[in-house]
Amino acid sequence: MQDDPDLEREAVRESLLESEAAEAGAPPPREPVWARVRRSWTVRAGGTVLAILVAIALAAPVLGTVDPSYFDPGIRDLLPGTASEFTDIEGNTATRTFWMGTDSFGRDIYSRVLYGTRVSLVVGVAVAVVALALGIVAGLAAGYIRWLDGPLMRLMDGVMAIPGILIAIALVALWKASLLTVVVAIAIPEIPRVTRLVRSLVLSIREEPYVEAAVSLGTPTAKIMFGHILPNTVAPLVVQGTYIAASAIVIEAILSFLGVGLPTDIPTWGNIMAEGRVQFNDYPHNVFFPGIFLALTVLAVNILGDGLRDTLDPRMAKRL
Amino acid sequence: MSEPVLQVTDLAIALPTGGDRPFAVSGVSFAVRRGEIVCLVGESGSGKSVIAHATMGLLPRALAVTAGTIALEGEDIVRASAERLRALRAARMSMIFQEPMTALNPVMRCGDQIDEVLRTHTPLAPAERRAKILDIVREVHLPDPDRVVASYPHQLSGGQRQRIMIAMALVLEPALLIADEPTTALDVTTQAQILKLVRELQAKHGTGVLFITHDFGVVSEIADRVAVLRRGKLVEMGPKDEVLRRPRHPYTKMLIGSVPSMTPHGRPVDASARVILATRGLAKTYGASGFFRRRAAVRAAEDVNLEIRRGQTLGIVGESGSGKSTVARCIVRLVDPSAGEVLLDGEDIAAKPARKLGAMRRRVQIVFQDPFASLNPRMRVADILAEGMRALDRGGTEGERSRRIDALLEQVGLPATAKDRYPHEFSGGQRQRIAIARALAVRPKLIVADEPTSALDVSVQAQIVNLLAGLQAELGIAYLFITHNLGLVEYLAHEVAVMYLGRIVERGPAERVLGSPAHPYTQALLAAVPAVAPGGAALAAARIEGELPSPISPPAGCHFHPRCPQATAACRSAYPQETRIAPDHAVRCHLHG
Repeated sequence: MQDDPDLEREAVRESLLESEAAEAGAPPPREPVWARVRRSWTVRAGGTVLAILVAIALAAPVLGTVDPSYFDPGIRDLLPGTASEFTDIEGNTATRTFWMGTDSFGRDIYSRVLYGTRVSLVVGVAVAVVALALGIVAGLAAGYIRWLDGPLMRLMDGVMAIPGILIAIALVALWKASLLTVVVAIAIPEIPRVTRLVRSLVLSIREEPYVEAAVSLGTPTAKIMFGHILPNTVAPLVVQGTYIAASAIVIEAILSFLGVGLPTDIPTWGNIMAEGRVQFNDYPHNVFFPGIFLALTVLAVNILGDGLRDTLDPRMAKRL
Repeated sequence: MSEPVLQVTDLAIALPTGGDRPFAVSGVSFAVRRGEIVCLVGESGSGKSVIAHATMGLLPRALAVTAGTIALEGEDIVRASAERLRALRAARMSMIFQEPMTALNPVMRCGDQIDEVLRTHTPLAPAERRAKILDIVREVHLPDPDRVVASYPHQLSGGQRQRIMIAMALVLEPALLIADEPTTALDVTTQAQILKLVRELQAKHGTGVLFITHDFGVVSEIADRVAVLRRGKLVEMGPKDEVLRRPRHPYTKMLIGSVPSMTPHGRPVDASARVILATRGLAKTYGASGFFRRRAAVRAAEDVNLEIRRGQTLGIVGESGSGKSTVARCIVRLVDPSAGEVLLDGEDIAAKPARKLGAMRRRVQIVFQDPFASLNPRMRVADILAEGMRALDRGGTEGERSRRIDALLEQVGLPATAKDRYPHEFSGGQRQRIAIARALAVRPKLIVADEPTSALDVSVQAQIVNLLAGLQAELGIAYLFITHNLGLVEYLAHEVAVMYLGRIVERGPAERVLGSPAHPYTQALLAAVPAVAPGGAALAAARIEGELPSPISPPAGCHFHPRCPQATAACRSAYPQETRIAPDHAVRCHLHG
């Protein structure tokens, strides 16, 4: 070698330092997840429509509604937009425009649809929460306690083999029809799917080296489950939750429509449509307005879910 | 000088805005002539694959050629139409990839995949195509061509799949072959076979080859000329011997310097140091018994005896599937051993119940291979480092832990500001430093390092190895260093154990095992390592054929005998006992029995 060895070594060392500096700048700064979520137009669109629906549900009493179950036989079967005299429950008479018409009992469809929003949203959220909560517990148990896996998953397979609506009808028939019954009845058939999802996530995450590192650091099992594994299942579970909520809203409407859901005196979109069904040819508005609200709600929840899936869980978005 | 097959002139390809630099490559010019192998060398992010994809007309939409030309036999590729490119691919230029499993269609028979190329590009009749397919399969030295063409990719080994890829690429005798790191995913003995094959076929057909790699050892084996690419710019180009003998750019020197030289054989053993961990007859069998049916048992590790001395390094070497990771995981009790003892300071921890392992976990820690998977993406660095202290060092206060975290970060060469950041904000090398700090946090006596550098670029690899060596000198930690890279072992290890199909076939001081290997497998492994020698010595040296057999049905007798050039009748009938050829050098081979 003709070069001065010291000089050469120095040059190599410099290059090493430089290459580490270059590597240090390698990963481009990543946007926080919630910024990406907020930027997604699907999340915005679905979220806006849902926010309006929530506002409607909360503000139903002050949006020019009357008692949704009070009926005035004098104003039966009015077409949408008709103005008529109306006597309320205290006996006060006033002229009122019925924007969505009235049904065959003389009840105001507008008030009934707005109050029905409450039932639908409560059912959607409650079912998602119940199904996720029970599914997470069952899924963690199946994924982490090996001997429980077989029996538990076979039980879930069994639940899955029964049509969801059938379970719901049976439960409603068994207990009395109430909001709680309906929520439980709709949630039960959803549990196996959440359980399967959580179990498969647990099984793949528990093999991750960072979980093994935690094991070798002596971290207690409970802390590994709730500190390492559960937080990494949140994104897919949030997405799954929106789909469960959307389907729960539809199923609640179906149960009400079939007459096995909430009692008919509670205004739900399904109940309104069920009562309007007989006169559908003459007075389609009885079915039309709650139908529009139902479709809009489910669409909004699903769009929100798609947006969340695309931003929170890009791998799943690619699979579908 | 013949007319170049590929002429790249002043090529510039823009990166989308928001990247770490404006151009993926810029001002790159080089040529590949007929019958010549040009190696394009660079680390990840250097732009070498971008050039390959641009040449094939396979650039992703986000990247665009902004200046310069790529000419294939005088024809401009950059401005060629999509149809023209389709006609050129396979016929005039073709490409082989790093991962032969994903590059082949898993639901098509290998023969049909080669046939597809012929059907698309030639008017040959089925019988002629069939003959041509069998010819090319024979030419890539696949055994039993009739069976191979009827197999699906999963029925072949990694090396065989790469041979099928090469057959597909060469069946139409293209003028240019682009090989994008074709041996990176393969074991070292298989890599040597594939390199030899590429050279042989290229010489026979006069193909121009653009060979992309990050490994100067491979360059030394195969190249005629070398082009070194760094952050999108060519920093050095020239004939192989010249670049290897007299590299001008410091970056080239650094890359060449990071290849194992195979001269100083390991570090001297201090035999007076106390043995802190030893295994006796350690074994792990997977899937031995099912409740309803008997499952095929995989003997991942069998009768493993090893000793690790205080403050010293034991290197375990072996190809993938040799069971070296299983041994590591048994020792840190991430898996439960099926038999044998693991003696930590004389106490057997192999069968201890999990809840009584705290004392062991304080003394033995592990660093994993992939720094991108081994750090929880949702935890801050400070929490990652504190986890072990919280679980194992009960009684410490948060203030003490916080001071210790600062000290740890300094020890592994990271700034104190790192502790409030998340893992994704760090590069691979920095993440591995965090993982090392996490292991150090509980002040272990032994760190099991399972391929800690194989997911990193060569220049970063050197830094991590230096860090490990520095920590050993400073803190007196012992390492169990697991790797398939013999160069790292030679640099770090005091003692070496070589594993083949679940058993240790040779062990002893590093300088003896690497310097005068006794087992034919160790000899073959050492011969297969591409070293930087201008002649490309290793390819000419003694070589073993074939690949690691399945551990579900290992060959009877000595597991190595089907590939062993010196096998005798005894090797086919009985597994050799361990014999000592020196007080500290043991080998399992009938040749030394």
